[in-house]
Amino acid sequence: MNIALAEMQETIRMVQMESLDIRTVTMGINLHDCADSNFSNLNQRVYDKITTYAKELKSVAETVEKEYGIPIINKRISITPIAEILGNATKQEAIELAKTLDKAAKVLGVDFIGGYSALVHKGISKGDQTLLDALPEALSVTDRVCSSISVATTRTGINMDAVRQLGIILKDAAERTKEQNGLACAKLVVFCNPVEDNPFMAGAFHGSGEGEVVLNVGVSGPGVVLNALRRYPDADLGKVSEIIKKTAFKITRAGELIGRVVAERLNIPFGIMDLSLAPTNAMNDSVAEILEEIGLERVGTHGTIAALALMNDAVKKGGAMASSYVGGLSGAFIPVSEDNGMIKGIVDGALTLSKLEAMTCVCSVGLDMIAVTGDVSAATLSAMIADEAAIGMINKKTTAVRVIPVPGKKEGEMVEFGGLLGRAPVMGVNPFSSDKLIARGGRIPAPLQALIN
Amino acid sequence: MEKKRAVVSVIGKDQVGIIAKVTSVLAKNQVNILDISQTILQDFFTMMMLVDVSDLESLEHLQEQFEPINLEMGLKINIQLEDLFKAMHRV
Repeated sequence: MNIALAEMQETIRMVQMESLDIRTVTMGINLHDCADSNFSNLNQRVYDKITTYAKELKSVAETVEKEYGIPIINKRISITPIAEILGNATKQEAIELAKTLDKAAKVLGVDFIGGYSALVHKGISKGDQTLLDALPEALSVTDRVCSSISVATTRTGINMDAVRQLGIILKDAAERTKEQNGLACAKLVVFCNPVEDNPFMAGAFHGSGEGEVVLNVGVSGPGVVLNALRRYPDADLGKVSEIIKKTAFKITRAGELIGRVVAERLNIPFGIMDLSLAPTNAMNDSVAEILEEIGLERVGTHGTIAALALMNDAVKKGGAMASSYVGGLSGAFIPVSEDNGMIKGIVDGALTLSKLEAMTCVCSVGLDMIAVTGDVSAATLSAMIADEAAIGMINKKTTAVRVIPVPGKKEGEMVEFGGLLGRAPVMGVNPFSSDKLIARGGRIPAPLQALIN
Repeated sequence: MEKKRAVVSVIGKDQVGIIAKVTSVLAKNQVNILDISQTILQDFFTMMMLVDVSDLESLEHLQEQFEPINLEMGLKINIQLEDLFKAMHRV
C-alpha cells in the first residue's frame, strides 16, 4: 500500500520541525569474562573487548540516521557493573580502569560509557568498596565515564551505610571538579530499583540478566508531543491523553525500526525500546512545556503532579503497543538542567525541590541534574538520596538522584555544565540537619511489599 | 531483487524551478519517480516524491548532490527510506 501524502507530511514535520530524534542507541556489553586476578590482564581485556564489539557502532548508527533521515543524537556503551569484576584490584587500579574506559569511549567516538557501577543495595562487597573509594577521583579524571550506584530496592530495603558514603563521595567529586561547577557529579546517579537494560545515562549499565551483547534504544520526542497537543487547545483531558498516546505510538515505532536496523547491521540482538520522553535544551523540546500546555501557567504549580501522571501513563500506553520489547525506565525524564521549561519554573519560583521530589512519585526517574548550594553538608545529600530511595522502595519503582553540590555557589546563581548537560539554577536545601539519621547507618528493612511470594 | 523505495521531501519558500532542479538530479542518477505531490505545509512549499532506489548504491551520495540546490535556493531537501513512514503509520 502506498504511503499517503498526509502520512509523509506528518513524519517530515515531526523530524524537521518538531525535533523528533532517537536520543540514543546504547550497546550493552558483558565484561564478566574479562575478570582476572592480574590487573593488567583485566585492564587489557576490558579495553580489547569493548573496542572490538563496538568498533562499528558509531559508523553504522551514522549511516542509518542518514538513510532514514532521523538523527541519532548519542551513541553509547553500557557495560557490566565494574565492581563485579574488580576482585582484588586496588583503588589506584580501579581509577586506572576508569581511564581505560574513557580511552575506549574516545577511540570509538561514543559519547558516554556507563557502568562504572556497583550494586550495593543489600551489602557492600570488597570490589564494591574499592569502586566507591575510587569514584570521586575516577569521575574527575575522566570525561565520558558514567557511574551509577544502586543503594536500595523494594526487595532489600535501603543500605544506609552506602547512602552515607555517597553523600561524602558527592562532596568530594564536586570539590575535585570545582573549576567545572562540580561536573563530576553530573556523571553519577544513585538508584533505587535500577533496571538492567536502561539505555540512558548516567544510569546505564549492562546487568547480569542480560546477554553477551545487545543494542538498546531510547527515543525522545517531547517536541512532537508538545506540537500535537498545541493543535487541540480545547480538548478535554481524556482527549489529551489520547493525543499523547497516539503520538507516543508513532515515536516508538520510528525508534524500534531504527534500533532494529542498527542491531541487524551490527549483527547483534536488539534489546529493548525505552519509552522515555527525554528533553533537551533545544527550543520546544521540553517535558515541562508539555505539562504547561496541558494547562499549567508554570511547571511546579498546583496540578503539576496530576498533569505529569497523565502524560507519563499515556506515553507508556502508546509505546507499549508499538514495541514488543519495552524496557529501561520508560516514562518521563525531568532533568532540571536539560529542560528549558524546568529551568524557567525554578527561576520564576514556581518549582521547588520538594515539588520535584513529589513529581518523582509519578514519573520514571528522580531528582535529576539538580544543582544545589556548595555549602550543603554530606549528610544532607545522603538524606536527599534516602528520601528518593524510600519513594522508590515503597512504590516499587525506579527512582534516582543526580544532584550536584556546586562548590562556592549560592542559591539563585546559574551554573553552566555545557553541551547536553545544560545549565541549572542553584537551589537551596532545607537548613535543618539530618546528621543523626545518616550517622546511625545500617539498613532500612525491606517494606512489606517485598513479601509477595 | 527487492524493491527499495525512498521519499524525497523538499521544503522551502516557493519559487521558480524547484521541481526542475530536483528531478534533474534524480534523472542524472537513474532514479525513477513513482509518485509526486506538492502542497503548502505551515506556510512552506512542500513537495514529496516517492522514488525507486533499488539500484542505487548509496543514498548518502544522492543527498550530497542535493546540497548545492539547498544552498542556492534556500531549500531543505531530504531523502529517507520509505520503511520509516510505513513503520510509523501502518500497523
